[in-house]
Amino acid sequence: MREALPTPTPETRHFWEGCRAGELRLQRCKPCAHVYFPPRAFCPRCSSREVAFFAASGQGSLYSYVINYRPRADMGSEPHSIAVVTLDEGPRMMTNIINCPQTAEALVLDMRVRVVFEVQNDEIALPLFEPAQG
Amino acid sequence: MEPGSIAVVGAAETTQLGVIADVSVLGLHADAALNAIQDAGLTVADIDGVATAGISPVDLAYYLGISPIYADGTMVGGCSFMMLLRHAAAAINEGLCNTVLITHAESGRSRIDAGVFPRTPSSLVGQFQQPYGVYVASTVFTIPALRYMKTYGATEEDLARVAVVQRQWAARNPRASFRNPITISDVLDSAMIAWPFRKLMCCLVTDGGGALILTSAARARDLQQKPVYVLGTGEAVDSPLIDQMENFTSSKAFRASGAKAFQEAGISHAEVDHLMVYDAFAHIPLYGLEDLGFVGRGEAKDFVREGQTGTGGQLPMNTNGGGLSYMHSGMYGMYALQESVRQMRGTAPAQVEGAKISVCHGVGGWFSAAGTIIFSNEMPT
Repeated sequence: MREALPTPTPETRHFWEGCRAGELRLQRCKPCAHVYFPPRAFCPRCSSREVAFFAASGQGSLYSYVINYRPRADMGSEPHSIAVVTLDEGPRMMTNIINCPQTAEALVLDMRVRVVFEVQNDEIALPLFEPAQG
Repeated sequence: MEPGSIAVVGAAETTQLGVIADVSVLGLHADAALNAIQDAGLTVADIDGVATAGISPVDLAYYLGISPIYADGTMVGGCSFMMLLRHAAAAINEGLCNTVLITHAESGRSRIDAGVFPRTPSSLVGQFQQPYGVYVASTVFTIPALRYMKTYGATEEDLARVAVVQRQWAARNPRASFRNPITISDVLDSAMIAWPFRKLMCCLVTDGGGALILTSAARARDLQQKPVYVLGTGEAVDSPLIDQMENFTSSKAFRASGAKAFQEAGISHAEVDHLMVYDAFAHIPLYGLEDLGFVGRGEAKDFVREGQTGTGGQLPMNTNGGGLSYMHSGMYGMYALQESVRQMRGTAPAQVEGAKISVCHGVGGWFSAAGTIIFSNEMPT
């Protein structure tokens, strides 16, 4: 079990509740339609407070990563990816790519990925990504 | 600021660099400060402004027995010292104070009262980075590199070459931690840290510090050191989350900070004789060369391969050996500034003959901040 788990704030609670319910939630600005991450109570592009969350597709592509050969104590002993994905809706987010070998051959930039939620406890599930088939 | 209105009149590193097992962080700040004050031919009574990062300027002033009328504790990571210098220059020009002491020190290796910079689990970093295994710099500062490499066709050899060239500079610096020559194969055969980064592509972890003293150019004329004038300054911040950088092939903060410094200085890139780019990892100098405008997009790897940043090249870069070979205590920016000052004084161990303009560029917080200072040993006409 990972130890460095997030503590949601009022501004991010919808995101983490979504992850625990199996839904990747992004926010969209009503006036300017900008889709953004990480969560906040206003649009970072136009400053409007008229924003709402929605369920994203959970689909994206691999933007960049490293394979960490010196994992943090709670991350196990095997090398693992620390990655950034570009979601189909536009925003980028940090994650781990799982369910595939943690090698340069298996982790190819721009490959398609999809979200999988790894449950940590009653409150937190982490949005990780795995290679999308086809 | 008015180019040449402010000068560095004192500059020194701690008496020792490397492994310093018998001095605390605060003691290292004091050691660097006393060395710089002596270098300037001043006493603590002459200092009326203090600036530092990592510890409080209150601790610094109290410990040294200074009663300042100006204090700055701007803390944005390794380029804090570029920002502190920039703020001090503005403060002196505005008449807030006359003579500012800027210090840095860390016990990065021995960890005697080493600073801790915790992130709460509810901070942005705590919620959106740390759950994925991020902790030390090698687990996050390195992440953009693969995208840069794919976009511009840069290879692991290109990353390795940055370390090889800087080791050639380090060989000329008696105080450098690592001085033995290395080859690209040595770098590519060194231990894997975070693919594609090998150990010799990553900075050292050592103990040490440095200090600078700034005053007006008018007062500098009466002091013992050859003044090193500040021609231009820039600073910028981006995101605390590396995944929120606009683009992984370029730093917005580098571009903004560099452009502001060049605009203030009113110089062209062709006039620059010497360059320092904070190199926590081997890809950072490549971003620096491009984002500061010395070469075009994707051309930095070729520029380094042609030897242009090395001994005998047209733009000697990181001539102390850099964070990869000279020293790196955690917030390296101070050591880059020290080397620029040495080059402008003409006292660097690997002196660039006839150098008149030095650009010193720092990064902080894993691409989240930047600071740029342009120095000259000649008053602009």
